[in-house]
Amino acid sequence: MNAEVGNFAKRQQQKKQQIIELAIAIGLALVFAIVMPALLSAFRLKLLGRFVALSIVALGLDLIWGYTGLLSLGHGIFFALGGYALAMHLKLQLPEGQIPEFFTLYGVTELPWFWTPFYSFPLTIVAIFVIPAIVAGLLGYLVFRNRIKGVYFSILTQAALLVFFNFFNGQQKLINGTNGLKTDTETIFGVLVGSEGAQLAFYEISLLGLLLVYFLCRWLTTGRFGRLLVAIRDDETRVRFTGYDPTGYKVLVFAISGAIAGVAGALYTVQTGIITPSAMEVAFSIEMVIWVAVGGRATLIGAIIGTLLVRLGQTFLSEQFPEVWLFFQGALFLLVVTVLPNGIFGWARDWGIPKLRSLLGLQEQLITYPALEQDPEIQQEREELER
Amino acid sequence: MSEQTTEKILEIDNLTVSFDGFKALNDLNFSMNVGELRVVIGPNGAGKTTFLDVITGKVKPTEGKVYFQGQNLRPYNEHQIARMGIGRKFQTPRVYLNLTVRENLDLASNRQKGVFRTLLGKPTKSDRRTVNGLLETIGLTAKAELQAALLSHGEKQRLEIGMLVAQSPDLLLVDEPVAGLTDEETENVGNLLLALAQSHSIVVIEHDMEFVRQIARTVSVLHQGSLLCEGNMDEVQNDPRVIEVYLGEQEEEAA
Ligand SMILES: Nc1ncnc2c1ncn2[C@@H]1O[C@H](COP(=O)(O)OP(=O)(O)O)[C@@H](O)[C@H]1O
Ligand SMILES: [Mg+2]
Repeated sequence: MNAEVGNFAKRQQQKKQQIIELAIAIGLALVFAIVMPALLSAFRLKLLGRFVALSIVALGLDLIWGYTGLLSLGHGIFFALGGYALAMHLKLQLPEGQIPEFFTLYGVTELPWFWTPFYSFPLTIVAIFVIPAIVAGLLGYLVFRNRIKGVYFSILTQAALLVFFNFFNGQQKLINGTNGLKTDTETIFGVLVGSEGAQLAFYEISLLGLLLVYFLCRWLTTGRFGRLLVAIRDDETRVRFTGYDPTGYKVLVFAISGAIAGVAGALYTVQTGIITPSAMEVAFSIEMVIWVAVGGRATLIGAIIGTLLVRLGQTFLSEQFPEVWLFFQGALFLLVVTVLPNGIFGWARDWGIPKLRSLLGLQEQLITYPALEQDPEIQQEREELER
Repeated sequence: MSEQTTEKILEIDNLTVSFDGFKALNDLNFSMNVGELRVVIGPNGAGKTTFLDVITGKVKPTEGKVYFQGQNLRPYNEHQIARMGIGRKFQTPRVYLNLTVRENLDLASNRQKGVFRTLLGKPTKSDRRTVNGLLETIGLTAKAELQAALLSHGEKQRLEIGMLVAQSPDLLLVDEPVAGLTDEETENVGNLLLALAQSHSIVVIEHDMEFVRQIARTVSVLHQGSLLCEGNMDEVQNDPRVIEVYLGEQEEEAA
């Protein structure tokens, strides 16, 4: 009975914390949505919007790596697929009978068949997350069904990345190869994509997207499903012998993670003005891993903080000293891995906040040996004595 | 009544498992009644863990068959066999260190183990009651909200046994549950297993003779992948073959 009472109190407390978290997140998003556009120049705001889009892909990566323990080095694929989907739609904003200009360079006169669905805006929106989800789901199914994990999974995702990169690079006649698709000079709902008004809208949409994806990830990682992901990460064999088939779980999470990357890619593309196969360069997918590691794995907030910090650092450093940035990024990664294995947020949560609380006198002052004051068995005995 | 007691929960016919030609199990025959508590002993490398690997689907038989409640287990993989009603405890405690004791038990007790049911379902009242009951049984009520990583070795062993029971299996397979435990913890685990034996069929693999004496009814001795002999504790201990291969070796180890 005692256990039930304790459990009930704990669940109540959790509910309260969730509401507080929701309020904080929405509050923060509102501040960013209202204050930043007033404060920053159009150029800076666009930059911030891009970082926000990138932190969305970091959330997706945290889901599959931080929580499920599968390090994907191929998230550039899903990111690029989302970006291309939206860019293709924008390229098709043409008068009847015309096809995008670049085709004429290669003597193509008829629109390749797979472009046609992208005339439709609703279909494009669906394609932005469904195509990456399907690609990730298929790749995941093949890999996980054969019980491939650990380093082999990482290598396979990177190999897939190279395949996609080379394919997109080589297909001038289908998707303009290396040159990619420019979106800045296209229109969306009759507005120029590169215009200040459209860019402000994309910034706000990115913020909203981040908020929604964050809560999606929170929902997935709390409750039984989230705990099962952690269980798969920590001891997959145990999970099997408990009667769960990990394959389905891993495929689903990888597909969701891919879909999230697709959304991020689409938002990033319209705020950059172009999508090219370089989004599938190895270095970029590894940079995503660095964001999550720096911020703190399996924390979600850490993924956002990590992305913003690394990218802000990159902006300022490369404006001041262009040569040192790459060196600095490498050093930062090494530092985090060796000194702060749980990342910045993990460190703050495990160390900084308790320290701060005790400095502010918020921590309960312990009179005796902490093990006695906090040992649950002793606490329970004490409660029973008091009754 | 008599039908119930003679029904076999586990039956193993001419089972051979070879790893690159080395026979870890060699033409093994074994059978066990519903409701029985069976202790399997044998020197290191006798094939005891492999024996559990075959039953739970981790390793497939090279030859021979394993029947659980009359059903051949060959076509099924680990999670299917677990769902059929076989729970396994590993030699070293394997619990989810980053989850709390309660969360560990809750994952095991979940009746709907499909992806979407787990995602959309919520623990029911009866689930919570089951978990609370189990916490009592394994004596970890006070530590229910503690991360499993903070438990002592013995507490982890008990938690893992609790997780097995949470699956509500018909057959429990327990691999060396008291290895590395203090005397007091050993007795706790022994009593726990005896209590569970009232409603489950259990196979316990053990090394610790003191412990075997505490819980054993029927003992099977495994040696070089085959069944050497079977009987109650006294019979087994006085069997000259057992003394030669097993108890003799232990003295060597001790020396
Ligand atoms: N996967 C495997 N590959 C090769 N040999 C194995 C494998 N698993 C077990 N063995 C061998 O089979 C024999 C029996 O091992 P095991 O069942 O673990 O013994 P026990 O649990 O009785 O100590 C040992 O000699 C061991 O080396
Ligand atoms: Mg063993």
